[in-house]
Amino acid sequence: MEQIHFYHALKVVDEVCIGCTHCMNVCPTAAIRVKNGTANINKNACVDCGECLKACPVNAIIVEQDDFTQIFNYKQRVALLPTVLLGQFPDDVSEVQIYNEIKDLGFTHVYEVDGAVDVLIDSTKKFMHKHHQERPFISSFCPAIVRLIQVKFPALVDNIIQLKPVIDISAQFYRKKLQDKGYAQNEIGIFYVTPCAAKIAAVKSPVGEEKSLIDGVINMDFIYNKVLLSIKNSKKETKKYPENIHMSRRSIGWTLTTGEASRYSGRCLAIDEIHNVIEVLEKLENEEITDVDFLELRACDHSCAGGVLATENRFLAIERLRKRAAWYHRNKPMIMPEREIDLYKTYLQENIGISKVEPRSILSLDSDMMVAMKKMKKINRIMKVLPGIDCGACGAPRCQALAEDVVQGKAKMTQCVFLQKMLTKEGLISPQESFDISEDTWGKSRFEKKNLNDH
Amino acid sequence: MEFKFEIEGGNFSKAGSASSEVKKILKQLNVNPKIIKRTVVSLYEAEVNVVAHAFEGNMNVDIDTDKIVVKIEDRGPGIPDIDQAMQEGYSTATPQVREMGFGAGMGLPNIKRNSDQMNITSKVDVGTELEIINYFG
Ligand SMILES: Nc1ncnc2c1ncn2[C@@H]1O[C@H](COP(=O)(O)OP(=O)(O)OP(=O)(O)O)[C@@H](O)[C@H]1O
Ligand code: SF4
Ligand code: SF4
Ligand code: SF4
Ligand SMILES: [Mg+2]
Repeated sequence: MEQIHFYHALKVVDEVCIGCTHCMNVCPTAAIRVKNGTANINKNACVDCGECLKACPVNAIIVEQDDFTQIFNYKQRVALLPTVLLGQFPDDVSEVQIYNEIKDLGFTHVYEVDGAVDVLIDSTKKFMHKHHQERPFISSFCPAIVRLIQVKFPALVDNIIQLKPVIDISAQFYRKKLQDKGYAQNEIGIFYVTPCAAKIAAVKSPVGEEKSLIDGVINMDFIYNKVLLSIKNSKKETKKYPENIHMSRRSIGWTLTTGEASRYSGRCLAIDEIHNVIEVLEKLENEEITDVDFLELRACDHSCAGGVLATENRFLAIERLRKRAAWYHRNKPMIMPEREIDLYKTYLQENIGISKVEPRSILSLDSDMMVAMKKMKKINRIMKVLPGIDCGACGAPRCQALAEDVVQGKAKMTQCVFLQKMLTKEGLISPQESFDISEDTWGKSRFEKKNLNDH
Repeated sequence: MEFKFEIEGGNFSKAGSASSEVKKILKQLNVNPKIIKRTVVSLYEAEVNVVAHAFEGNMNVDIDTDKIVVKIEDRGPGIPDIDQAMQEGYSTATPQVREMGFGAGMGLPNIKRNSDQMNITSKVDVGTELEIINYFG
């Protein structure tokens, strides 16, 4: 079942927000409006891409997280890590230290989710073969992209591959493994360390799954700070890489751009950064792009290395991960020991399917087409009056957005500063009324007496 | 509701912009995504044909609650034998056009497949008029 209410981890802190409109102007789904001097996010339109957070000059947008101590509600506490986490730390920090410190924080198990890629690659190949008439296939990897397709490209929802991403496969693997060891369901707590807000939304309001297999989410920057702090204080020397773990290049590269696309045959495209993705989805929808087999689409620039909760510069993180992959590859054991996850492969593949992704278009003006047409006519009439310079001073990202808001009863035309001036000149509204409207949009404090001569 | 878009002959980089505009409108009007897709695919092919084969043209869109009627008119060489042009694989596209990935001779058949009604009239050395009708119900 799809929820009616969508969970979003991104929150605007009203006390910090200065209503500067930067976030509003970059939002790819036009989900933000400025009212009373602060930014407001429309929950139905937000796809959790994090563009707004990246654009905010005063860090007024935060990513809410679960209380860390909740992990202690469980006997078995599993930390699922994205491989990008390992790319965040300075070169002199060893992987052994990182793993140890995460355990010291209170986890009984630590597992990198990208260890599950082989299970997924195998199932994806089978899925694409079986449903070959439904190509091009779109990966379900990035939750922000899945949501973007739901709200803006409803005709493409059927192209999304109906398989769980590696996070969920890993969660299922660990849960089963611990159950087989005799632990009860409610003794097992599985926590994902997330590089972005989209993965949090995917856990809290999953698409295509009834309930998430993950019990809680921990922000990657939080773990990074905790781990780095204890490492700096302890100064224990360890080897750079662990001895009993092998990570394949496929696994380490999975969350980076081309991680998926390089694994399949046929024509595979890898596209990162949400505006680039939108450009391609437009063409795909018009069938201007045909003859493509697989699309790896990620909302962040340089994929998850560019996630909003990444602390390290994405280029440096990627370079470290590539080095890491090369090290493991050079030091690959002569005979690969069987990995635990392989013992569960059949079980995991049997449970890997998700249901169809449902469209929920934010574009339609009304569910009744007759009404929608009337509204569209009205919008077109309003657009003739608005100046068309998209200044944002009305609190909407573009004149078109204001016109739509007016027709939907969410805004007044007089919020447009140009119209205000014209109406005031013609005596249709008083200067005081015009001032009051601006105060509603920008908040009272914006207009507190400032003495021009002081500057 | 009526809309009109210009189509520039020879400018492949802009081909598809008129059909994208129509797509936006249909999405706002809450038309079934499958019907939007059919419509946009046929309009895109028609638009590319004007770009590839004619000098200039325009797309006139008329949307009602039950259907969309689109007329694409162009000034251009016209089509001497429409039955032949309608055949899959028939194309007079120049090598340059083929190099850009067009000219498989699949456009008109694709329009036929993706529309409920399709009418072409053409006068050699004058131009071509193509009408596409899709029903929403
Ligand atoms: N608007 C037009 N003006 C003049 N000739 C046209 C026009 N539209 C189609 N034709 C003629 O009909 C032929 C077949 O058109 P069709 O769209 O099926 O294929 P194509 O445009 O050649 O290739 P494709 O559409 O697969 O890229 C064209 O090669 C051209 O000779
Ligand atoms: S997360 Fe993305 S979609 Fe949501 S409000 Fe911010 S920019 Fe817009
Ligand atoms: S970018 Fe948005 S959230 Fe940040 S201060 Fe400006 S308006 Fe407020
Ligand atoms: S690209 Fe990765 S980090 Fe960015 S939103 Fe998607 S899943 Fe999250
Ligand atoms: Mg053609």
